[in-house]
This record gives sequence, structure tokens and C-alpha cells, in this order.
Amino acid sequence: MTQAAPLSATARDPAPAIFAPRGGLLPRLIDWILRHPRMFVFLMVLPITLWLGIVYVGSLIALLIQSFFSIDEFSGLVVREFTLKTYGELLRPYNFDIILRTVLMASSVTVASAILAFPIAYFAARYARGRWKAVFYLGIMLPLWSSYLVKVYAWKLVLAKEGILTWLFAKLHLTWLLEAVLAVPVIGGNSLSVSYLGTFIVFTYIWLPYMILPVQASLERVPATLIEAAADLGATPRQNFRLVILPLALPGVVAGSIFTFSLTLGDYIIPQIIGSSRLFIGQAVYTQQGTAGNIPLAAAFTVVPIVIMGIYLWSARRMGAFDAL
Amino acid sequence: MHSDARAPLALRLAAFGGLIFLLAPIALIFVYAFTTEETSYQWPPPGLTTKWLAVTVGRPDVWQALGLSLKVAAISTTIALVLGTLAAAAVSRSRFFGRETISLLVILPIALPGIITGISLRSAFSLLEIPFSTWTIVLGHATFCIVIVYNNAVARFRRTSGALIDAAMDLGADGLQTFTLVILPNIGTALLAGGMLAFALSFDEVIVTTFTAGQQTTLPIWMLEELVRPRQRPVTNVVAMAVVLVTFLPILAAYYLTRDGEHTAGAEK
Amino acid sequence: MDAVTFRGVSRHFGPVKAVDEVDLAIRDGEFFAMLGPSGSGKTTCLRLVAGFEQPTAGHIEIFGERAEGVPPYLRNVNTVFQSYALFPHMNVLDNVGFGLRVKGVGRAERHRAAREALELVELGGYGDRRAGELSGGQRQRVALARALVNKPRVLLLDEPLGALDLKLREQMQEELRTLQRSLGLTFVFVTHDQDEALSMADRVAVFAEGRVQQIGTPEEIYRRPASRFVADFVGSSNVIPADVAGVGPAGQWASLRPEDIVLDPAGRPATVTARAFHGRYTRLALDLDGQPLTALVPPHAEAPDPGTATRVSWDAARAHLLGAA
Repeated sequence: MTQAAPLSATARDPAPAIFAPRGGLLPRLIDWILRHPRMFVFLMVLPITLWLGIVYVGSLIALLIQSFFSIDEFSGLVVREFTLKTYGELLRPYNFDIILRTVLMASSVTVASAILAFPIAYFAARYARGRWKAVFYLGIMLPLWSSYLVKVYAWKLVLAKEGILTWLFAKLHLTWLLEAVLAVPVIGGNSLSVSYLGTFIVFTYIWLPYMILPVQASLERVPATLIEAAADLGATPRQNFRLVILPLALPGVVAGSIFTFSLTLGDYIIPQIIGSSRLFIGQAVYTQQGTAGNIPLAAAFTVVPIVIMGIYLWSARRMGAFDAL
Repeated sequence: MHSDARAPLALRLAAFGGLIFLLAPIALIFVYAFTTEETSYQWPPPGLTTKWLAVTVGRPDVWQALGLSLKVAAISTTIALVLGTLAAAAVSRSRFFGRETISLLVILPIALPGIITGISLRSAFSLLEIPFSTWTIVLGHATFCIVIVYNNAVARFRRTSGALIDAAMDLGADGLQTFTLVILPNIGTALLAGGMLAFALSFDEVIVTTFTAGQQTTLPIWMLEELVRPRQRPVTNVVAMAVVLVTFLPILAAYYLTRDGEHTAGAEK
Repeated sequence: MDAVTFRGVSRHFGPVKAVDEVDLAIRDGEFFAMLGPSGSGKTTCLRLVAGFEQPTAGHIEIFGERAEGVPPYLRNVNTVFQSYALFPHMNVLDNVGFGLRVKGVGRAERHRAAREALELVELGGYGDRRAGELSGGQRQRVALARALVNKPRVLLLDEPLGALDLKLREQMQEELRTLQRSLGLTFVFVTHDQDEALSMADRVAVFAEGRVQQIGTPEEIYRRPASRFVADFVGSSNVIPADVAGVGPAGQWASLRPEDIVLDPAGRPATVTARAFHGRYTRLALDLDGQPLTALVPPHAEAPDPGTATRVSWDAARAHLLGAA
């Protein structure tokens, strides 16, 4: 290396080993904070803790406490005494129907999402490359981030009696099929947009991206060497898929199902716009806390999805689904 | 997981079919925005026209709702940026008592169904006797916007080598200089991405907003009312189309900003 | 005056004693190596000098000035990090000039000094590149230039050559040595590679479990290891009973280097149990009356086949009586 006359001047003309502290209020304040890391962390975390911990969690707890109160039928006022009467109301046939209806819808939506999502996620994770990978990524992101209401509205357009779906069935001379489906009791109706079938389709559509993403993430995490090793040990492509890829993708499916299940349980807008007039949990909560003024019952209804999701999450965690989140 | 082989035909059909299923309804909105038919959702459209664009522009309630949505989104995003970044810095840089709790706490607003968040906040407001106003809407939105910013910031903080901060200090930069010259440039794009996503989320939010808005109307609330009681369907179509465009652009930008990292913005919704 | 002094310095992390009562004196202008396995405390000692850690006991002086509580940016000491830690958002010139910039040096002056430092490490003209565009060796030189441009009183190097391949590492070892001599700057070098420490340093401190095992010149450490650990860690050694080695009574131990054992027709009988050809030497595993020994013989010597008997001897003066292990 070249001789370094200027730098070796340090030997002849020593600079201080330790510099004097600098001035300025803000720098010194920041240094004080850095010197006391615990204070630093405390200050950084304090605002969020106050906001979420006290306001959010606090009001959540306040709501849940309300579910243990009851409403006096004559005066319409909330009686602040601990009772399980309100929970008992949930077991009345009308209310219990609501819960059952919602859970059944959530389950079928979850299954349908999983079935529809898997090919998309599998293709995107395994075979999409370069431009196509971007196409798939944006193609999933656009519906995911598009306005929820716009998407629901779009389906109102599609499912309307005079809309594109009926027109399509007519063009394919399959109108008889559509009418047969609509004639099925319970899930059918006058038109798709006022039937459970319609609600089911819209729910599946809206939550589909929430299922695709975790499944794709967990599939992408499967190293190609694992598949090669299985093939090397004699597995056919079908066996490889069934014994190696599918089990490794399962946590992703479970993670996605957490979203679809939980989101369906609490939704009150979609059933209102596309569906029959029979209520789902979300709508029940909305009406009870609104016009009916029956906060305890509304709170009790809210507890149902929380409990269901709690059980679901606990069993999902045992499966290791949270790694995929 | 990547394979160089060609995908089987059935898989390709299913995958692309699924993708079309996802995108077709949104594409339809664009068509309906130009239909001449006013009173129903008739398909195929009898004719195409651009006159509804002008009609929409002339509707004052649309502009009012739009203005409120923009204002709320801007304020919520700002709050979320500050609080979310601070929390992310604390959680990703040091171990402290309650660290796990904070991580869990931050996830709650999006983990719980929106209706629960909505009702909780509403009862909190009535208990504390806070009247409904723009600020109550902002409080609701900021609560989950923080999560979005937090996620993006944490992911980027984790990727930033701690040695960079050591190096800056070793070379003579004090706390403030290290922050402005080294830390900020490194997390800047993640914050930008998180902020844009938070903005889009707030702009679109309806579930919590119906509980915290009182008499005010944000654009999604306007749209909800139109859905339940349609006034001028084509105007709703035009607004829907505009909303798709407005929310898609920040997403695209956020994608390009964080593409190089492992964590691509938007995947945490 | 000594460049760096440690007096009874300890750094505890809870129950873990990363550094345990270390006394050292690093002389001005010296190339000082801190050698030891991972977790031995050598890197923590370096960080204590840099200011990233504060001692839990004892104190540190830099050129006579007490360093307690002084943050890293107020110490006229610079570090070359193991990962180089180049700022990814700046080009090479700005990286090198960073230390000057934060001290308020004007742009023209710091660019000039930075270019000079880059010339010194033979990277003149690389100013416009970004860190990501450089090879490992080039990044290392940039890190070096970035530290030197500030004319620190002490330069700290934290295993800087670890990521380089063998040829490049040997080249850098020579260049660092030459640079240090021409600058007359105190270098403190941390490494786990005893070859590196021995070939570059004026003096070496051997660390184990947070304590200093021995400080001395490379020859002293190699020829007269103070303990069994040093004998084993610095080079390989046969640690055998002192009476077998011929330098002391039974019950004590001695260190005998494998290259000091020679094939000698007039020597003691031993059986060859294994043989491996390493190019520069042949390694023989021997059994001398039940005492296992390792010998390194020159490639031209007629190394016997495994299983055959042979005769070996050594100069007793070469064996070294060990102190407490």
C-alpha cells in the first residue's frame, strides 16, 4: 500500500483520545434517552399501550361484562346485576337458529375458499415465473385491496335477475339449471341475490384472497430440495403431492381458514345486501345494540364468535398454523 | 418450491380460471359505469355513454363524502405512522418486559371481527361521553392503521443490520445524527409503503365506521346507503369505479417500494 | 504511555461472565491481537474499548484518559466491523467520508480526505460505486478506509478477514501488517484464527472463558504456552506427562509440538497407527508405549506405513513444562 504521510502525522501531533461532549439540547436529550434504554423503550411504547391497552381493550372488556347483565323487559333498561339469563336467551330457538345459520355459512365458505384457493396458490408458488409471478401477485392484491363495498356491489350487479349471470345461463341454454338450483329449499330463493346461495358465493369471493395468501406463503416455504429428495427416494408426482406438499401446505390452509371463518362470523353487511331477510350473528348484534337497545344481548351475541374463534385458534396453534401467518 | 417444469393443464386452467373469477366482477364495474340504462342492472348494457361521469361530478353529497374520507384517512395515517414506527422500533430492537404483550395487542384490532371493534369503541365513546365527530372516526381508523404501519416497520427493522447503527456511532455520529443519516433512510421506503396501505385501508373502511361516525358520511358509508336504497345507480357505478382506481394506485406503489425485501407490502391484510 | 489499559475489567450479563477481571496494557504503535475461541470474551473486550459496552467492574483507559460512560462517538477510536457494516444507501465516497461529515467537516475537504484514504487502501476511483456492487475484499478495504480517514488513535478490527477466501486472506494479512507499520497506529485485532494472530501481531493475548490465559509475543505463546489450553489452542500440541517428555517429574504436564518429533533410528520405539499426507507435511499418529502422540514429518521423510514399528525422538529443550492447566 502507498506510504501515508498525512495519516501518520498522528504520531507526531496527537489528537485527544476522548472528545469533549457536544452541545445542543435535542442531541443531549436523545443521548440521555439512549443511555437509559429502558426509559427509551418505555417512552416509545407508552402511546400505543395507552391507546390500545386502555381504550381498546378496556372497551372490549366493558362490552363483555355487559353480556353478564340483562335487560328488564318492561322498562327496557339494563339491569346491572350478574346473571346468565342473557346467555340463556341465546339458546332460544330464534336466536340459536341465527348462530347455527352463521356457523354453517362460515364453514361452507371456508371449505369453498380452500378448494378454490389451492390451485391458484399452488400455481403461483410453484410454476409462476417472472412476468406471470407479478401478474398473479397483482391479480390477487387488486381484489384484496379493492373496496369491500365495491366488490359486494359488483356482485349485486352480477347476481341481479336482469344481470350478466342470468344472461350467461340463457345464452348457454342452461336456464333450467339455474331455476332448479333456485328451487332447492333453504339455500334457494327468488333470485340469486336474495338467496343463501348468493350470500355464500359473495362471501367466498370476498374472502378468497385471504385464503390464497397464507396458502401461497406456506407453499413457497417448501424447499424444492425436499420435493427432489422425495422423488429421489421413489415418490411419484402424485405421491409427492399427497405426502410431502399437501401436509406442508396444510398450516397455510388452516391460517387462511382462520380468516375466512372469523370474518364470516362477524360480517353484517353482506347478508344484508345479498341474502334473505333471515339474520346472521353480525346483523343480530347490529340490530340488538341499535334499535332494540338490548346491549346485553348484543354483547352475548358478540361473545359467540369470540369463543368459537378462540377454540379454533387454539386447535390451529397446536397444528403449527401460526408459522404461516 | 419452485419448479422449472410446465404445470399440468388442469392446474393451469384452474389457476387462471380462479384469477379470472377474482378479477371479472371488478372489471364489470368499469363497464356498468358507462351504461345508458338507469333503473336496473341490465346485461348486456343497451348502450354506452360517458354522461354519468359529469353527473357524478355534479353531485355535492359525493364530494362531501369524498372530502371527509380523505381527511380521515390522512389524519389516521399520520397518527399510525408515528405510533406504529415507535412501537416497531421498540419491539424489534430490544427485549423488554411485556414485549410479547405489545405484539399481541397490536394484532387485536385486525384479528377480531370489525363489528366487535366497532361496538367496543362506540360504547367506550358513550361511556366517556365523547360526542360523535370526525375525531371519533379517526380514532377508530387509526387503531387498525397502526397495525399496518407496525407490520411494515417491524419487517424492515428486522432486515436492518444493527451493526449499521454501531458503525455510525463508532464513526462519531451521536443519537440524532444516527437517526437522520442512517436509520431514517433505511426504513423510509417501508414507512412510505405502510403509510400508503394504511391510507387505502382507512379510505375503504366501513364496518367500524358505521359505529363511530354518528351523522357523518364517509364515502364508504355513502356507498352503503346507495346499496341499500339506490338513488341513481349509474352514479354509484361511477363512484365505485373511481374508488377502485384510487385504492389500487397506492397498492401498486407500495408493491414497487418494498419489492426487494422478503416482506412485500400488502401481504399482511 | 500505553494506548489502551484494562484494569480488573469485568463485563457481566446477569450470571454470564463474558469478561472476567481482565488486565491488559496495549502499547502505543503496537499490533496487538486478541485470540480465542468464540465466547471467550475477546470481542466483548473490543466492544468495551469501542464504547459499545460498559464494564460492570474495573476501568479502561485510552491514552491515559478514563473511558467510563463515554459513548462511542466521543471516543477517538474507530472499528472495522466483521460484517463491514457499510451504509447501503450511500456510495463508497460518502461511506468513507461519513465520520468527517458528522464532525462537521465541509464537503470539499471530506471528499478530498476520503479519496486519499481510498488511495491508501488501493481503491482510488471507486468512490462512485455502491456497497452492493463491491466484492468482499473491496468492501473490507472500504471499511478500513472509512475508519482510517478519521485518524483515530486506536484502530479496532473485529475478525475482519473471516469472510475472505484463503488467498485473499493471506494477501490482506500482509497488507494490514505493512499498513500498520507505515502508519505507526495502534491496531487491536480480534481473531479466532491462531495462524493469523501469530503471523501478524507484535503481541498476542489468548482468551478463554472471559479470562486472559497468556499475553506474549507470538514466539513466546507458541514455544512456551502457559497452560494446557494455550498449548492446545495455539497450534496443535501433544500434552504428555512431563517425565515422558523428559522435562520434569511425573504428575506434571509438558507440551510437545508435533513438528518437533522426528523419525530417528536411534530413538524410542513407537508404532504408527495412522498416516495422512498433507502436501507440506505428513501427519503420523503414533503409539509410544501406550502414550498417543501426533508427529508432523517433512514430505520427503520416509513415513512408515500404519501398523509398522518405527523409532522417534525429540529435543527435550523443545518440550515445555506447563504451568497450571
